Amino acid sequence: MITGIRSAVDDAAAMTGRSLTRMLRTPETMIMGVALPVMLLLLFVYVFGGAMQTRTGYLDYVVPGIILLCAGFGSSQTAVSVTGDMVHGIVDRFRSMPVARSAFLFGHVVSSVARNLVTSLVVIGVAVIMGFRPTAGPMQWLGALALIALFILAISWLAAALGLVADSEEAANGFTFLLLFLPYVSSAFVPTDTMPSWLHGFAENQPVTPVIETVRGLLLGTPVGDTALPAVSWCAGIAAVGAVWAITSFTRKTAR
Amino acid sequence: MSIRDTQFSESAISVRGLRKNYGNVAVLNGIDLDVPRGSVFALLGANGAGKTTMVRILSTLTPPDAGTVTVAGHDLRRDPQGVRRKISLTGQYAAVDDLLTGEENLRLMARLSHLGRADGRTRTRELLERFDLVDAGARRAGTYSGGMTRRLDLAMSLISGPDIIFLDEPTTGLDPRSRQSMWEMVRRLVDDGVTVFLTTQYLEEADRLADRVAVLHGGGVVAEGTPAELKRLVPGGHLELTLTQPSELHHVARAFGDAVLDTERLAIQVPTDGSIGQLKSLLGRIDDQSVTVDTLSLHAPDLDDVFFALTDTSNASPIRNEATAR
Repeated sequence: MITGIRSAVDDAAAMTGRSLTRMLRTPETMIMGVALPVMLLLLFVYVFGGAMQTRTGYLDYVVPGIILLCAGFGSSQTAVSVTGDMVHGIVDRFRSMPVARSAFLFGHVVSSVARNLVTSLVVIGVAVIMGFRPTAGPMQWLGALALIALFILAISWLAAALGLVADSEEAANGFTFLLLFLPYVSSAFVPTDTMPSWLHGFAENQPVTPVIETVRGLLLGTPVGDTALPAVSWCAGIAAVGAVWAITSFTRKTAR
Repeated sequence: MSIRDTQFSESAISVRGLRKNYGNVAVLNGIDLDVPRGSVFALLGANGAGKTTMVRILSTLTPPDAGTVTVAGHDLRRDPQGVRRKISLTGQYAAVDDLLTGEENLRLMARLSHLGRADGRTRTRELLERFDLVDAGARRAGTYSGGMTRRLDLAMSLISGPDIIFLDEPTTGLDPRSRQSMWEMVRRLVDDGVTVFLTTQYLEEADRLADRVAVLHGGGVVAEGTPAELKRLVPGGHLELTLTQPSELHHVARAFGDAVLDTERLAIQVPTDGSIGQLKSLLGRIDDQSVTVDTLSLHAPDLDDVFFALTDTSNASPIRNEATAR
């Protein structure tokens, strides 16, 4: 039993290493993981920022949103790589070996979380260079990063599931569109009270808004209020649903 | 190898009453097979005959609907992990990681086979040498030629030292030289005592490599035996003439009642056992017809003849009509 768990962890570590190596060798990783966050920050702050009326400076306001938006972009890469492995037969090779069943999905999800965390740090780093001055103490930082990590974990599982449902890499890319769209209709870029009432209702009650508000509150010292619990619940719920969906899809797809 | 394995059976693979349906289609409809240890077994069949399904089932990827299968002494259903520890699969499409180098691919396989660091490194080096990939080892597999990719693919399959290796159409899409070198590698596996189960649609490949051949057709094994045994299933070789005048074709055909005609190519095939005496008399009779013979060739029976005789239900003659078969 113990040796079973140990070799399962070892298998997952091997798969994670493989995924990370693949990422580092894919040009898109640098574009999506580094260039895109920087461009989005510049775009939102210097192009749209001047027109935005927010309580804090717009740079301070927009950083959490950019982090989540970039995680959405990152998830498409996760979905595409899961589909690629399924379509191109390497999964069959792994499955004909005495490898723990869980290792394949764990490898993709863990490497996806790692990559998106690095991207998040890039966003924060560039923002600091541009003048972002969070007032958070160590505990708040830890809380904010933990919530960002949980959000990334949630959409990584969701992306893995979408990658398994898709029959081609192009379809996988398309499926993750929704994950990219949600931050726009949230408090990520503009306060939701500027939206028409029907949209306001949606924006206030979708998962991204409480995550954004909580991260913003933690980093900038604004009151976190009652957004933390929904934020964590949404993320944990999505992670759980995504994981179950991914595991059942994997089992179903490989049983033929 | 445990005592139980050796006592249990002489077969590396034993299949009884195997069935697999996809929807309403019975892809495998009651298959019985035995593959002796240390032999090369070729499963021959046309595209869509169920060869890949068979390999997927035997290599634990796809569960069968019914039947008993024992692979390397382990029951496929009860102990799939036990089977996986003894086998290796090289699928139809090279399952190498194109973004990893050849060496990294092998190291990953070593790690997933739980070989241990030192062992993994040694095996990797050995296999790079054996498969002539030392110079390419540090390059990404995505830059490899088709032949190199197949060699890497096979090397990856061997890292764990499997008892049985499944090769699904190992030479499909390879150039003649790469095919030859793949054949040599398969023979070397057998020298090392590995049992090889391969599928192919190339009859020559089965003839050259396999100790035993099974022909899969219509969901069942329609014939099984050594290549020589299978060749005995068809009556014999034939002499083929091509003529220049359509009228002469029927003229010749009347003289040889058992001949097969191909009016498009103006060809006529006359059965022969290939003996000098019979050939001499056949040629004499052709000469008597005083027709213009364009080409003349002698065909010994090969697995092609067997295959088409067994699988082409529309052709009553055991000798195939070459015009439609190629």
